[in-house]
Amino acid sequence: MGNWIINNGLSAFIVVVWMGINLFLFVWFYLLYDTGDAFFYTRHLLGSALSWARAPAAVLNFNCMLILLPVCRNLLSLLRGSFMCCGRTMRKQLDKNLTFHKLVAYMIALMTAVHTVAHLLNVEWLNNSRRGQYGELSTALSSLSDSENTTFLNPVRRIDINAQQTPTYFVFTSIAGLTGVVITLALILIITSSMEVIRRSYFEVFWYTHHLFVIFFIGLVFHGAGFIVRRQKTTTPPHNYTLCKDRSGDWGKIPECPVPQFEGGPAQTWWWVIGPIILYVCERVLRFIRYMQRVQYRKIVMHPSKVLELQLVKDGFKMEVGQYVFLNCPAISQLEWHPFTMTSAPEEDFFSVHIRSAGDWTDKLIDIVQNLPEGEQGPKMGVDGPFGTASEDVFDYEVSMLVGAGIGVTPFASILKSIWYKFKISNSKLRTRKIYFYWLCRETHAFEWFSDLLQVLEKEMEERGMGNFLTYKLYLTGWDQNLRFHEGVHFEEDTDVVTGLKQKTHYGRPAWDKEFEQVRKENPTSVVGTFLCGPAVLAKVLEKKCAKYSDVDPRKTKFYFNKENF
Amino acid sequence: MGKIEWAMWANEQALASGLILLAGGIVGVAGQFRGWPFAAYAVAAGVFVCLLEYPRSKRAKGTSVERTGQYCFTVCVKSFGPVTRNYYVRAFLHAAICVPGGFMLATVLGCVCLGIASLIYLAAAIRGEQWEPILPQKETTRKTDAVSVRNPPEMPPPRPPPEVRRKRVDDLEGAVYDNPIPVSDK
Repeated sequence: MGNWIINNGLSAFIVVVWMGINLFLFVWFYLLYDTGDAFFYTRHLLGSALSWARAPAAVLNFNCMLILLPVCRNLLSLLRGSFMCCGRTMRKQLDKNLTFHKLVAYMIALMTAVHTVAHLLNVEWLNNSRRGQYGELSTALSSLSDSENTTFLNPVRRIDINAQQTPTYFVFTSIAGLTGVVITLALILIITSSMEVIRRSYFEVFWYTHHLFVIFFIGLVFHGAGFIVRRQKTTTPPHNYTLCKDRSGDWGKIPECPVPQFEGGPAQTWWWVIGPIILYVCERVLRFIRYMQRVQYRKIVMHPSKVLELQLVKDGFKMEVGQYVFLNCPAISQLEWHPFTMTSAPEEDFFSVHIRSAGDWTDKLIDIVQNLPEGEQGPKMGVDGPFGTASEDVFDYEVSMLVGAGIGVTPFASILKSIWYKFKISNSKLRTRKIYFYWLCRETHAFEWFSDLLQVLEKEMEERGMGNFLTYKLYLTGWDQNLRFHEGVHFEEDTDVVTGLKQKTHYGRPAWDKEFEQVRKENPTSVVGTFLCGPAVLAKVLEKKCAKYSDVDPRKTKFYFNKENF
Repeated sequence: MGKIEWAMWANEQALASGLILLAGGIVGVAGQFRGWPFAAYAVAAGVFVCLLEYPRSKRAKGTSVERTGQYCFTVCVKSFGPVTRNYYVRAFLHAAICVPGGFMLATVLGCVCLGIASLIYLAAAIRGEQWEPILPQKETTRKTDAVSVRNPPEMPPPRPPPEVRRKRVDDLEGAVYDNPIPVSDK
């Protein structure tokens, strides 16, 4: 239990606060409409469906305000920078932005459902009241119309239309109704195209359909216009409903009961959402500006196994270790931006990405680059970023465990290169004393460009007598006949048969219990940061191990788990 | 966008529409709205659409992810043969089913959503997609295991001393077959 608190405490706290605010808004507005005097006559027509519609509306206002914020990645980057003082636990929360975005989206979907059902009931009952189906008071209230000395309560005015079609007619001819249908439809399309199955397989469908949110927000802002939720105005002389509700025939004829007057409230949603909308517009403008900035190719390298390395130079570009950028290539697609982790260190005067063939966009890019004549600049490239990820925190921990699966090793390429540079200049900001690096890979081919880096590091460490600083273990999880022979033949040699490195390649998956035990044994009092770039399954395993091997006792070893995901 | 199977999105949309139609129908019937017979129809239509759309199709390329417990639905849907396999049929079926929903407010949203699903299915049908059932995989023995069992090591014990065993380092692939003791495949 204690370990769970260490690793997830702040996230759980934020969710609890968020739910608390939602509950508060719901109950507050429910009671406001359920007990407020001004809504007595409205309630007479609509019953509790009035409150059941207005309460989710308030929760929707709150959540529609929140939903744009987690996806302003430049804003988040800024926050991350200014939180440098507040400790890593705070900054880790910003990594979970997409999770929060989804949570808020689920709440919006749920509240929309409640709100819509309540309004279906409202419209039906308003229609019936207007047609005199309910008692005397309802009929009297409904027949009040907008003229010189009366104001309407019941927004359904026309009764010359077919009774069954009146609700539909009313909805489609009022601003609130029409915008409501349109934005609900947009929301449904957004949700169905955001299902995990669609998102993972066809990101483009998800991304383009998601832009329906523009229609959603425009409709949302206008949804409250039209003054159709009515409340009673105070009149002189006052109309006391307790006295007058049973004397509707005498309204206007006796002094104690003048004709009751009603008014609607102005649209309020824009108060809630205007701030985030502006922030989001700034975010998109910033992305566009960055896109327009000139990016030059310093070097283009085609590695084996269809891995493309691009070394790029951009004015004023500054990065930290393990950060990522979004790349856009108009020659391939005008609108698509794809994230790639940078593999260069901040100390270098360029930034590089290693791109693996993984779909339409990457395949086309590799194709274009391969057909370039020697020494030519590559296709025009827009770069947005850099954006921060958990890897930035590696040097804050005394001890770090870095786990990279397959192409997930890329952020760690950046980190290891940075270590090398920091060594060379003896950078005092390096708090790290020890790094454990685990690379899991299925096949040998993808090793080449990375093993070169490791060879250089290996040599460097030995020359400086710091062989203990970096412990790395390479795990080959794919395994075939040829490998077996090769390994058997070269068993006695000093360097590894696969990578040419001094550290031997292990075969199969790591036994994490053993690894964590070893780290704990070698670092009995340290705070250990575990960083993963790899599949979700592995994340679960590592998260469990971190919890299992962490000690609540602050003097003993504690493992913190950090995960990246694209 | 070239690799997209539109049917996957159409399926999600249609399933959602079925649920919305069902929900609208329930509200209409429970609240005894005017035109509640249309709501009753929507309940039945919603259930039917959900049952039809629950089993996911097998993807033409890539791994298919089943919905929980969809196997029995897969079997039912599969038994209708070409009627459920063909997406033109589904597109027109959904278009036809959604129309009565438009006659009552409570079911209008379900009607429009199902109409959109129908259009996406039409796009899928034009591209030649089809519904294929996801059936449990038959056991396939892995090739490498079988190979290693059938072919014993090239150099079974007892092995000659290391001097004789030393391989030609310049041609590792060829050296594997250079055995001092002849080996035969049984």
